[in-house]
Amino acid sequence: MEVLFRSVKELVALAEVQNKPISEIMIEQEMLMTKRSREDIIAQMDNNLTVMENAVEKGLEGVYSTSGLTGGDAVLLQKYMATGKSLCGDLVIDAISKAVATNEVNAAMGTICATPTAGAAGIVPGTLFAVKNKLNPTREQMLNYLFTSGAFGFVVANNASISGAAGGCQAETGSAGSMAAAAIVEMAGGTPQQSAEAFSIVMKNMLGLVCDPVAGLVEVPCVKRNAMGAAKALVGADMALAGVVSRIPTDEVIEAMHKIGQSMPSALRETAKGGLAATPTGKALEAKIFGKDKVDSDSVHS
Amino acid sequence: MKFRSVFDIIGPVMIGPSSSHTAGAARIGRVARTLFGRQPEWARIHLYGSFAETYKGHGTDIAIIGGLLDYDTFDERIKTSFADAERLGLTFEFIPEEEEAEHPNTAKLIIGDSKSVMELTGISIGGGTMEVTELNGFPLRLSGHFPALLIVHEDRAGVIASVSNALAAQGVNIAHMECGRKEKGEMALMVIEVDQFINDALINELEVLAHVTQVSTLAN
Repeated sequence: MEVLFRSVKELVALAEVQNKPISEIMIEQEMLMTKRSREDIIAQMDNNLTVMENAVEKGLEGVYSTSGLTGGDAVLLQKYMATGKSLCGDLVIDAISKAVATNEVNAAMGTICATPTAGAAGIVPGTLFAVKNKLNPTREQMLNYLFTSGAFGFVVANNASISGAAGGCQAETGSAGSMAAAAIVEMAGGTPQQSAEAFSIVMKNMLGLVCDPVAGLVEVPCVKRNAMGAAKALVGADMALAGVVSRIPTDEVIEAMHKIGQSMPSALRETAKGGLAATPTGKALEAKIFGKDKVDSDSVHS
Repeated sequence: MKFRSVFDIIGPVMIGPSSSHTAGAARIGRVARTLFGRQPEWARIHLYGSFAETYKGHGTDIAIIGGLLDYDTFDERIKTSFADAERLGLTFEFIPEEEEAEHPNTAKLIIGDSKSVMELTGISIGGGTMEVTELNGFPLRLSGHFPALLIVHEDRAGVIASVSNALAAQGVNIAHMECGRKEKGEMALMVIEVDQFINDALINELEVLAHVTQVSTLAN
């Protein structure tokens, strides 16, 4: 099969040797593997970006899920930011509010773009639309942000996992936060290697994160994990741009994530049987939402 | 490589809440619908692993039914698929299973109408990407990334050659091919992923070949 890169090491080497940004390598690989034109690929990504913009906009107006577990926090965060009292600074609060906005829309069964999954869909757009206000990117640079995120996610998906059921939350919000960190670095003018360092720094701090959704819903703790994923992406990007490097190479960090996922018990991989889902309050919420027939063995609809 | 496109990572555009449990599930249902060739009248759906534990919360059930009604992952009608199914004459039943499947997100769909029955097992491997792992008892690996031909035939010498000749004559290149049979001389299945668009003329040509019993297609 024709493929330009299978590892982050190969991806960074290609970008350096050809003196191209990582986003460009991703676009070229997409053209090679899918035999589609550049215009087609750019147009599809542009559509995905529009979906992300609409989801953030909708979430910032305030949405609530049918279970009542999530909703309205994006609005709270924006109001707090407007007071000017934020300790982290407006950029971080803006990013987490937009990450939360996207996930609140997702939980309410609205339309989103998975990045790389729906449960982690807030982090890449949340950081993008916050960083946008600082760096004033062109539309093309915003699309490149998504291609660079995608390039790193592509390596993770093929060498490890992006599924909570297979690898826990480290595979979902962990991947998303690391992908976003790499993309922020490129948009801020860092090198391909610095993108890889940012990815590693964030992923190393997501390792071991379990997938334990209360009542099996993509709401608690997923929405807040997207907020933290966005914050970590910004911190990791800043560290890499400052020149901090990861002692463990990126591909080995990804491999470590994969092995940790494989050794995670099934109760902590999206079965809603362990972690926060198994707390007294988690169980009580599940019973309240689904009643006692949640695990009935034979439900018939017609 | 299981994931081939940047849009497997930045995408799909979908109705929430879960890419694996909602979008991936909808795609499994839709592939089953496409391979069946028409809307089934009934469906019995067995769920395993995380699918069995959390299907209600994730809308896995309404997504699979939406897929069986030919809805895409971003189709807002997924939300009302149960009511739509009732209106369109599709009855269905969900059976969460205790036993562990090889993959944590596995669904086995048995669908049918007065003419035929089809059994398909699909897995949702993350980010909305899925694979078909079994069709009517034949193990296979089908991702839906390429246009594909699924040809049920009798296990006889020369059938594979006549099918590949027909493809070659139309300039259709084979990207990946799997052949399998249940017993020597009995029913067999060819799964052929191709690079080009499969037109109706080619399907008609394949359908009349000796020992070929059924031809289904899956568009990219």
